[in-house]
Amino acid sequence: MTPSVISQLIFAVVFITAVALAAYNARKIIQNIRLGRSERRTDEPGRRLRTMLLVAFGQKKMFKRPFAALLHLFVYLGFCIINLEMLEIVIDGLFGTHRAFSGLGAFYSFLIGAFEWLALSVLVGCIIFLARRNLARIRRFFGTEMTAWPRTDANLILTAEILLMVAFLTMNAADYKLQLLGAPHYTQAGAFPVSGWLLPLLPDSTSSLMGIERFCWWFHITGVLAFLNYLPYSKHLHILLAFPNTYFSNLHPKGRFTNMDSVTNEVKAMLDPSYTPEAADMPIRFGAKDIQDLTWKNLMEAYTCTECGRCTSVCPANITGKLLSPRKIMMDTRDRMVEVGSAIRKNKEFKDDGKSLLDSYITREEIWACTTCNACVEACPVNINPLEIIVELRRYAVMEESKAPTSLNAMFGNVENNGAPWKYAQADRANWAMDN
Amino acid sequence: MKIPTMAELMAKGETADILFWVGCAGSFDERAQRITRDICKILHHVGIKYAILGTEENCTGDPAKRAGNEFLFQMQAMMNIQILDGYEVKKIVTACPHCFNTLKNEYPDLGGHYEVIHHTQLIQQLIDEGKLKAEGGESFKGRRITYHDPCYLGRGNEVYEAPRKALESLDAQLVEMKRCRSNGLCCGAGGAQLFKEPEKGNKDINIERTEEALDTQPEIIAAACPFCMTMLRDGIKIKEKEQEVQVLDIAEITARANGL
Repeated sequence: MTPSVISQLIFAVVFITAVALAAYNARKIIQNIRLGRSERRTDEPGRRLRTMLLVAFGQKKMFKRPFAALLHLFVYLGFCIINLEMLEIVIDGLFGTHRAFSGLGAFYSFLIGAFEWLALSVLVGCIIFLARRNLARIRRFFGTEMTAWPRTDANLILTAEILLMVAFLTMNAADYKLQLLGAPHYTQAGAFPVSGWLLPLLPDSTSSLMGIERFCWWFHITGVLAFLNYLPYSKHLHILLAFPNTYFSNLHPKGRFTNMDSVTNEVKAMLDPSYTPEAADMPIRFGAKDIQDLTWKNLMEAYTCTECGRCTSVCPANITGKLLSPRKIMMDTRDRMVEVGSAIRKNKEFKDDGKSLLDSYITREEIWACTTCNACVEACPVNINPLEIIVELRRYAVMEESKAPTSLNAMFGNVENNGAPWKYAQADRANWAMDN
Repeated sequence: MKIPTMAELMAKGETADILFWVGCAGSFDERAQRITRDICKILHHVGIKYAILGTEENCTGDPAKRAGNEFLFQMQAMMNIQILDGYEVKKIVTACPHCFNTLKNEYPDLGGHYEVIHHTQLIQQLIDEGKLKAEGGESFKGRRITYHDPCYLGRGNEVYEAPRKALESLDAQLVEMKRCRSNGLCCGAGGAQLFKEPEKGNKDINIERTEEALDTQPEIIAAACPFCMTMLRDGIKIKEKEQEVQVLDIAEITARANGL
């Protein structure tokens, strides 16, 4: 076997393993999301598609903070478009070709040139992001939930992207120099507007250049494949889930809270004894104690969250020093979901582990501090709704446990008995109209 | 000014074009009662045939729903829907964004379908139709007013322009707070917070918001929600600015400008 065939074989094994592992991880994620209750989010496909194109693809909500949005746009565009280049890299790897698409001629040069500029913008974006995250004391990057792992995760992602872009540009530079030297196999192809700047830094010997080119090529592709399999364990999963997550957005006005059909049945039966409830798969529990009581959409949102903290930075409770942080609500939901999902895969069924989302992860103090103001929902660049989870937890606390704060119980009593949240007699309700 | 009730109109064989949903705060809270009366004055002034439910009105269930008590909410809703449908109500104007949101967005699922508007929307319509002219009363020309977006009117239902239009028609100098419109900061009362003590923190939300409003150096802080009114007034009191700054509802400002 020639060295080329060996490297093709190694590449094929690495590539297939990475893709298979990614598929296995994707299956786990889908299984975990399916732990949630059903909810219909497929009506109005046109409006959903438009929302996805505007919010995920067009990044509309990011631009409330223009500086971060611009840098993010660099990284995002670079990511999307450089992935086109991945196709050529995979073909070269599998078939031992070199720049398989170079036959496209001038268009190919244009593409490679564009990729290089994008790679540079990704590089610059990531370096500024890394500096900003670690040097500038931006409050939203340092909440209580931003423990060692979430902060490491963020830094790992940025560092990996920087390394990948450096490898990509160095590879192109070495390739370009080999092309200029007329090295065999390195056919003249592409334009190298950015990597061309690196030429003086590279050695002149063909063998060293080939070593650098091959090393960077392998580093880049294995790096990308490793990154693909890192995604399921990382907040970076948003690059994929932002799309379905915005497609399945809540299309109602934000002020509208969901109606609980299970309660409607009971209330109708109470008001009208002859009423027979419609047979439906009613949940066993009112509200949510654990992640299985939330909807699949709540769980998808937990996976989609990239921990940017925009929600927490606009939360009136958090701003004024309360424990509540909408970002923590999403991170806790995700962590608990992964825990439950793994336990189910291990034991073939869910065995009570003495833990639950409410209390083991999210405390009562957090859920009762919420003003339901929707600022977090408005702020999320990928339409995540932490408020829905908070309200479900409140519903459980109130309806299953009767454990509302004392003063709220008094308010419930007043509404029930006097038709107003305060202790006034119903008969006095129109007194204001008399004393004119 | 005689305030008609639906029951009285029905007894006379008449109907109202619009039901004025007063709300619990507007009915019982002394400060909010003044806003309620001003809304009635506006309705009288433009000659809209309206009525209230009077003692037949009941809490919409909003605070119960936000606090997680869906049972209580739905009991209230079904009771109210029965009364509203009994009077064949088609159109409702509310004085409170919480009632507005609940009636408009949450009653349809339980069978209550009405056209619901907030009083600031009604005022804007009346201005647009030329029925309210900002004449014959107090002048607000050039006075610094900052408007606080109530969450359930703004973010909750994307009503940002109507209250601002009402203020602009007065030739007032509208100054925006740093956090306004969809970025508006809550007054701290929503989600049933008005009925409980806040959780431990380093500041009360209404103080944070009041400080932000005071940063615009306003003569008037305009509100459009009885809960926000309570929270902002408390904030102004604590900041000892009662002499310099008034907190007024859009309805009150409109009524004053029209000499009502």
